[in-house]
Amino acid sequence: MITVENLTKSFSGRTGAVVALDGVTLEVAAGTVCGVVGPSGSGKSTLARCVALLERPDSGAIRVDGTDLVSLGGSALRAARRQIGVVPQGDSLLRQRTAAGNVALPLESAGVPGPQRRTRVGELLDLVGLTDKAGSYPDQLSGGQRQRIAVARALAANPSVLLADEPTSALDPETTGSVLTVLDRARAELGVTVLVVTHDMGVVRRICDDVAVLDHGRVIEHGKVLDLVADAGSRTSGSLLPSVDQNPEAESKYDRVADVVLVGFAAVGALLPEAASRFGVELGLLGGGLTRLGETPVARFRVGLTGERSDSALEWISEAGAAVQRKPKGPQGVAA
Amino acid sequence: MNEVTPWSDVIDYLVKATGESLYMMGISTLVAVLLGIPLGVWLQVTAPGGLRPHPFVHRILGFVVDLGRAMPFIILLVVLTWLTRFIAGQSIGPSAAIVPLSIGTVPFVGRLVQNVLAEVHVSVVEAAVTTGSGTLRIVRSVLLRESLPALINAIGVTVIAVLGYSAMAGVIGGGGLGDLAIRLGYQSFDNRVLWSTVAVLAVLTTLLQFVFTRIARTVDRRRHASV
Ligand SMILES: Nc1ncnc2c1ncn2[C@@H]1O[C@H](COP(=O)(O)OP(=O)(O)O)[C@@H](O)[C@H]1O
Ligand SMILES: [Mg+2]
Repeated sequence: MITVENLTKSFSGRTGAVVALDGVTLEVAAGTVCGVVGPSGSGKSTLARCVALLERPDSGAIRVDGTDLVSLGGSALRAARRQIGVVPQGDSLLRQRTAAGNVALPLESAGVPGPQRRTRVGELLDLVGLTDKAGSYPDQLSGGQRQRIAVARALAANPSVLLADEPTSALDPETTGSVLTVLDRARAELGVTVLVVTHDMGVVRRICDDVAVLDHGRVIEHGKVLDLVADAGSRTSGSLLPSVDQNPEAESKYDRVADVVLVGFAAVGALLPEAASRFGVELGLLGGGLTRLGETPVARFRVGLTGERSDSALEWISEAGAAVQRKPKGPQGVAA
Repeated sequence: MNEVTPWSDVIDYLVKATGESLYMMGISTLVAVLLGIPLGVWLQVTAPGGLRPHPFVHRILGFVVDLGRAMPFIILLVVLTWLTRFIAGQSIGPSAAIVPLSIGTVPFVGRLVQNVLAEVHVSVVEAAVTTGSGTLRIVRSVLLRESLPALINAIGVTVIAVLGYSAMAGVIGGGGLGDLAIRLGYQSFDNRVLWSTVAVLAVLTTLLQFVFTRIARTVDRRRHASV
């Protein structure tokens, strides 16, 4: 588990101090994947670097599995670093070492003897699916393969936490998938807690349980992805859910208009038609669609309802577990 | 006009002078590299953004290094006579020339090495830091190991520069090819000695450059070196 409390960090720049982190508080539960997103310069890398113990925050606490790491120095600091696997931003492999040699680096520094080292390197190459590339040099690997080796290296010393800063930013969508699969396996098979910095909401969509949105060094949104998407006002729902085109003409034909977010089985089930028949209302789909967050189907629809019991129908949908947001529409719509 | 030196004598001179040059060059480069690499490492490790940034130490080191590089070799040769006598036990001859040659080359190697080490990408170094490796281990297995091809090239550059410097060793009786070209060639108006010495120097330089480039390429594991 990673706990970040009230973290602040500023840099002295040319034009005065730059506040990179302005009181960041964050918790990543053990064995989950948390995405850190936000615009460029919002402090994502600084946060990751603080947790990676590459940067010392000005104030605040960073705890990994309960131990505060901020004030450590010397050999205690080096030991703590071993508990945290890091995939740094950019190309980080040693170009004069083979893939296997790169994966072995943390084991060498931890003093693991040769035979055990080789066994462990073999397991990790297997985990990232690159056993056949053991003897290849980084320049002979593709960008995606290099990042997978970097993940294998980060996991070599059995850390409880894995940090990755923009691990897919240089990759095309296809290879991005292979790297995300590896991060997901790290969580699923090794129980590692993963913090992944990204500007790509696709990464959040595919592997993150939680998400934290940074802006100007502050956390402006933090929670479970599936909870946040149900919150119509959240940025996460805005960027992850199917968009709804405005269509005032079609909307004006209905008594009530609402956005309905359905998570899980309900998204593909027959909740909406059932509501229509149960309450004897006419229900039309005005927009939206179905998507997937990780393995979970999620839908957002804009629906129009006509009939006396429209409000009851919407209430029933809401009670069935869907997030319903009524849209203002004419005088009676505002009242609702 | 002087009489032209017979070829058999020219060859004798050349063999002896080449031996002296190689001797001065070899030992001086060895010493300069052995001292210059730690100096370059120290410069880079204390640099801003280095493994152990230390602005004060870095600035002092940089100042001393640049002062050393600014000093004309011919001046060192004369100024360091006392030290030469102390270390080499004599102040003239090829062995005596090695002392100022080495010392004059150390700051040169230091800067070269620092520049080479600075080329190792910061992500690569940080990746090693996050594995919990100590500074010495990172210097050895990341900075120096990753730069090995560039370091070998830098040593090649140094060897050839030292060969050039050693031409001035004649001032303190160091002998060598440069001395031969000047004394028995240029000053004695003997073009045969002059140009054949220059030819030997050119061949030596080309050969050294070739060998060092070749070794650097052989140890390099990046793109072109998949052999
Ligand atoms: N080493 C540094 N020195 C000075 N300013 C920095 C440094 N690192 C980051 N910053 C500044 O801190 C802010 C946050 O940067 P960063 O964490 O890299 O953002 P992100 O990763 O979200 O793009 C930026 O304004 C950046 O310029
Ligand atoms: Mg960044």
